[in-house]
Amino acid sequence: MQQLPAVIIDGLLYASWMFIIAVGLTLIYGVMKILNVAHGSLYALGAYTAATFAGFWLAHGHAAFGSYGVLLIAALAVGLISGPLIERGLLRFMYGREEIVLVLVTYALFLILEDLIKLVFGVDPILVAAPYALLGNLEMGHLIYPVYSLVLVAASIVVGGCMAVVLTRTRRGKMLRAVIHDQEMSMALGINVRRVYLVTFTVGAMLAALGGAITAPTTSVQPGMGAEVIVLAFAIVVIGGLGSLGGAALGAVIVGLVRSAAVHYQPEVELFSVYVVMALVLIVRPKGLFAAPEARKI
Amino acid sequence: MTQSSWSAHVRRDPTLALVAGALIVLLGVGPFVPQWALSFLTVVLNLGIVVSGMTLLMRTGLVSFGQGLYYCLGAYAAGALDHFYAASDLLLMVAAGVLLAVLVALVLGLLMAKYRDIFFAMLSLAFSMILYGLLVKTSALGSTDGFGLSVKTFAGAPITAHWVRYCIFALAAVLAAASAAALQVYYESHLGRLAWAIRDNELRVEYMGASVYRVIQLNYVIAAALAGMGGALMASAIGHVDPETTANWTTSGEFVFIAILSGTGSVLAPFLGAGLFEAVRTYALERFPNTWQMALGATMLLVIMFLPGGLWSMFRRRARGT
Repeated sequence: MQQLPAVIIDGLLYASWMFIIAVGLTLIYGVMKILNVAHGSLYALGAYTAATFAGFWLAHGHAAFGSYGVLLIAALAVGLISGPLIERGLLRFMYGREEIVLVLVTYALFLILEDLIKLVFGVDPILVAAPYALLGNLEMGHLIYPVYSLVLVAASIVVGGCMAVVLTRTRRGKMLRAVIHDQEMSMALGINVRRVYLVTFTVGAMLAALGGAITAPTTSVQPGMGAEVIVLAFAIVVIGGLGSLGGAALGAVIVGLVRSAAVHYQPEVELFSVYVVMALVLIVRPKGLFAAPEARKI
Repeated sequence: MTQSSWSAHVRRDPTLALVAGALIVLLGVGPFVPQWALSFLTVVLNLGIVVSGMTLLMRTGLVSFGQGLYYCLGAYAAGALDHFYAASDLLLMVAAGVLLAVLVALVLGLLMAKYRDIFFAMLSLAFSMILYGLLVKTSALGSTDGFGLSVKTFAGAPITAHWVRYCIFALAAVLAAASAAALQVYYESHLGRLAWAIRDNELRVEYMGASVYRVIQLNYVIAAALAGMGGALMASAIGHVDPETTANWTTSGEFVFIAILSGTGSVLAPFLGAGLFEAVRTYALERFPNTWQMALGATMLLVIMFLPGGLWSMFRRRARGT
């Protein structure tokens, strides 16, 4: 029981990290009905770009605090460039196909991007730990946490809060929800669905890249990191209910707590505990915890 | 079947004759081709067997992103027989692989048969990742390194080291031919034809009095049996099992890739798809180790866009044109 505070704090830290990645995935699914396997590659792309540019920045002796700005700008740039390229260049030709075909399309894209990343950034791991160490540690009783982790929590709360406000309080957000509910009807009402798709995918890509960029200082950036993260993100959005913002948050918290409990109490089950939860949720609630009921279509 | 009706059948659909012919050729040339070619063909046959199961599921519109689960169970069952019980009989190993896969599929199939589309893909992915997570942490089974195995007898008869490869190859060829022929017969049957109907409209199939659930359950178990068979054969051919190349989702992704490449047009298509995939992989891994996945991805996109029926549909179209 002594470990309980540590379990909860670790779980929430992990959850806030995963939330940023999962929320982009669930946004893209909600609007476009695409379960984007390439989200993992965009995450890796964000991590690589951020690590490389932050490395340049620090190597040239600029102020170390500026590296946070570099991380952020790198992530946004990756999303702004790759998002429209992928949506306009590939996905728009696939709209209207079955959902499973779209999964296969993004899986193909995932394969392409994985190698593209290797070509551009090489296969050697990149380490940029300065932004992580810079903020120092925070002591809470006998627990010591890097301040950087708390920044992650703040970042994910900001991201989640912004999304919620935009979706429920703004004109554009309401238009977006209209598209989610009925694409044809919103087209008839004069909403530019084409542009909504473009913007949604770009924002989703930015979130994936942001997830990668803020992860970059905490780990070594290396090939295969996208493949690992994407299945975890799948687990989160499937647990919460595909296309649901609250679901992504809940899914992230559940996965975070389960994983950290496993790490603290039973390290052998760490990796598959998440998938056990995913399978259980799918068995009990096939569309996830927060999925809206759907009329049967004949 | 009388001789004339058989020849009429062959003219209408030469698949079964092709399967028989291919088997005879394979068994005949096996002893004379170099070792690398024999290994290559064995891998192609094994992958083809696994992918045959994938295409069976695809006919009902289901894509499994976790077929590695059964592939892995088959491989580990075969490996465990040799490693822990010193029962190094090839036939026994493959039987154990199929049996374990079928047993697990009978249980999971009760559940999986209720799921469609991406939820089927996600749940199958979850199950295979559970197994992956289990194996990675099970030190008795070698954790991430896995363990080695070797084949010493075939149905009780000892095989010399020289003939082991050919034996595995021959069994793979016979089983591949048998499963292709069986699938062909199944596809022509009433039950097999229901797959297309289910894909088009489940509700109508139910109204006509057939149980969609049962059909999908059956197909799921058959696909698992084929994956287990392929896994057991592959493990004995490679002589090693590990979680990364069997249960991880990237392996299941490869099966998906070959299945899309092959298409559901014919029972022979998975073997051609597997052959093409393995040839490209062998060649590209040597020449372009860091870009071969890119080539795979691009190929997959092209197939999805321009050949939705897989590579096989190219032959089909030409045949109809003449």
